[in-house]
Amino acid sequence: MQLVTGNHLRDGTVIYFAGAGAWSPSIDEARLVADDEADSLLAEAQTGPVPLPVIGPVLVEAVKENGRIRPLSLRERIRVSGPTTGPAAATRR
Amino acid sequence: MLLTESGSLQPDAWRHLADEEPLHDSDPVTVSLTRWQKERAALQAWNGRLGLRLPNHAEPATIADDIDRFALIVLNFPKFTDGRAYSQARLLRSRYRYAGELRASGNVLRDQLLFMRRCGFNSFIVDERAVREDWSKAFDEFDVFYQKAQDTAPWVMRQRLGKDC
Amino acid sequence: MYRYDDFDHRFVDERVAQYRDQVRRRLSGELSEDEFRPLRLMNGLYLQLHAYMLRLAIPYGVLSSTKLRKLAHIARRFDRGYGHFTTRQNLQFHWIKLEETPDILAELASVEMHAIQTSGNSFRNVTTDPFAGVAADEIEDPRPYAEIIRQWATLHPEFSFLPRKFKIAVSAAEDDRAAVKMHDLGLYLRRNDKGEIGFELLVGGGLGRTPLLAQTIKPFIARRDLFAYLEAVLRVYNRHGRRDNLYKSRIKILVQSLGAAKFAAEVEAEWQAAKGEAVALPDSYITEIASAFALPSYDRSPVDEAALEQAIATNPAFARWMKHNVAAHKVPGHAIVTISLKPVGQTPGDCSADQMDLVADLADALGFGEIRVAYEQNLVLPHVRRDALFALWQKLDAAGLGSSNIGLASDIICCPGMDYCSLATARSIPIAQRLARHLSAREDAIGRFNIKISGCINACGHHHLGHIGILGVDKNGEEVYQITLGGDAGNNAAIGTIIGPAVKSEAVTDAIDKLIGVYAAMRQGGETFPQTFRRIGAAPFKEALYAAH
Repeated sequence: MQLVTGNHLRDGTVIYFAGAGAWSPSIDEARLVADDEADSLLAEAQTGPVPLPVIGPVLVEAVKENGRIRPLSLRERIRVSGPTTGPAAATRR
Repeated sequence: MLLTESGSLQPDAWRHLADEEPLHDSDPVTVSLTRWQKERAALQAWNGRLGLRLPNHAEPATIADDIDRFALIVLNFPKFTDGRAYSQARLLRSRYRYAGELRASGNVLRDQLLFMRRCGFNSFIVDERAVREDWSKAFDEFDVFYQKAQDTAPWVMRQRLGKDC
Repeated sequence: MYRYDDFDHRFVDERVAQYRDQVRRRLSGELSEDEFRPLRLMNGLYLQLHAYMLRLAIPYGVLSSTKLRKLAHIARRFDRGYGHFTTRQNLQFHWIKLEETPDILAELASVEMHAIQTSGNSFRNVTTDPFAGVAADEIEDPRPYAEIIRQWATLHPEFSFLPRKFKIAVSAAEDDRAAVKMHDLGLYLRRNDKGEIGFELLVGGGLGRTPLLAQTIKPFIARRDLFAYLEAVLRVYNRHGRRDNLYKSRIKILVQSLGAAKFAAEVEAEWQAAKGEAVALPDSYITEIASAFALPSYDRSPVDEAALEQAIATNPAFARWMKHNVAAHKVPGHAIVTISLKPVGQTPGDCSADQMDLVADLADALGFGEIRVAYEQNLVLPHVRRDALFALWQKLDAAGLGSSNIGLASDIICCPGMDYCSLATARSIPIAQRLARHLSAREDAIGRFNIKISGCINACGHHHLGHIGILGVDKNGEEVYQITLGGDAGNNAAIGTIIGPAVKSEAVTDAIDKLIGVYAAMRQGGETFPQTFRRIGAAPFKEALYAAH
């Protein structure tokens, strides 16, 4: 399964495409689609009045487990959790 | 359309000929470097106003001897991030003493206009976006500069030492 | 230190206004992201994993207490209360909002700072020796030249869209503390036979996918010809550097492909052809700029060395700090202090707002208000009287800034890595933390040891130049770490040798342990790690790491 994520244009925060033109800071609200629908999800995420609220939208692989959405890559897990160490560690969004 | 170095918009009076297109005596025309090199004698002899379109990887030295033949030289920015034409402009102006019109074409965007003018460009091929977004304001963003360039703007060393340099 | 005149003030104010309008145009949709990205990069604004990151410029690593306090204020008001000092003497804030950046740049401008060209395909920060001006082994202060080059390079109309970034470093001491040879263009200040000051000009260094050391293309250029030679090198690069492949676009690739001799000939030909139009750098201008860098009026009254000796003899922790963190100063009775930003277990190079304020206060009280940033991601107080050292250490120690590990195994250079950076392929900070925790107890016995860690091939952690270098890469979704040995920055610069297959994250500490073990067992006399490595070769290290037991 795949979802679309990027960063918020104005404040740079991590956001997830929830469908119907909406973006959420919570990955659990991301619209998750089968692989063969991924390209059209990305296209949909990039449609809308200019400027889009998102910059750099990309597709990432994720799974749904126990009602939560979890990305497969470590990089995306770090984007959910925040830095794994240091003064800003475990920053919840 | 053209934006000039003073910020005004003008239609382009020049015709930019493809290599096979015949010359029209009444128009000012530009030709490609390839055509210039192939038809040099004929073009030298032709009595119309002639301009040259130089690819951004071309060596300005190759036209140095003929530079006074051209009333216009058009340089190109294939992508605005490709900065080779800035060096071509400076060489044409200061080394080969080109005194005609120097024009920027290609991916010409508002935020590079001032750099271009400083390198010696005096006209810029733009589209209606330049009107809508009032690109002429770009020329007013700085009036102090840290380098001597092809324009006459005050630069830091001259200001500080108070003499010509 | 350099102070802005009306010209400089006007310039940064105009830059802030220009940027503010660019942000407005981006937020209104007038500018696309593709059009805006180079513009924001030219003001140091990156998009990272979690937020925008602002990299502001600390020209050649020199700060005043006023500036440092402003950075603390910005950290508190616009970020999360801390900043990160980088391997190019700059500072990064990792939690920035685009819409606040014009105000941040305005705050910086109010204290003669900016974020101009800390990214983008043009000139980056001109760096130099953090001990500049006060080092005992210096020919002349390099900072005036760094400042002159900085200004020349700022919004240069011909060279703002180069094939790739361009990093310049200047060194003027016997000991190259600026890692000149890893730069696109390096300058070693030299005196010729007539005693005239000039520069050895080196070109073509750089790390990343194709690590290369800069080569000398001109053994001596007169300082009068500095602008002309810089322009000649840059024009050759701007015209002939590759633009077809992002990974082959640095000037080092051009130098490598032409060969140093041919490249030097191209530069010389351009310089000759430009003689009629090039701008000379007159002595009078150098003198004018240099006047800003005159040394402070030191208190030259005798220092009570006996009291200092007593403090050293009775306080082992202070003695250790004296041994590792304090360097000789050219003025008798004074010292150069390095403040470690590598407390064991913390993020290397990070500094909290409170710590910034404290260092600013200490600089005012004990050091003429001046602070330096070293590329090793530590801070320096360059003007401390020796009889102030004990009191200084006590205050630093109380604030967690007293780590006595400069140049030792826990003084690790480390990039932010995948905890922060969108380019990263692996995390780097946790590796640094683990290694520092593991090695600090025996680091005195190990002696001088440089571990450098990068979270991706772009090598912001300078791993190629580490005695031990560690590069984090992604292998099938797992973080693994490639180890290089025998690298070095400075006069004996060397690119490290890859030792073998990458190791898993949990195996890194043990691997480094084994490698240090080989060094400790095999070194002769006072050999540094690179010296031992060059003498005995990679085999003993490979065997220790990879041989089945």
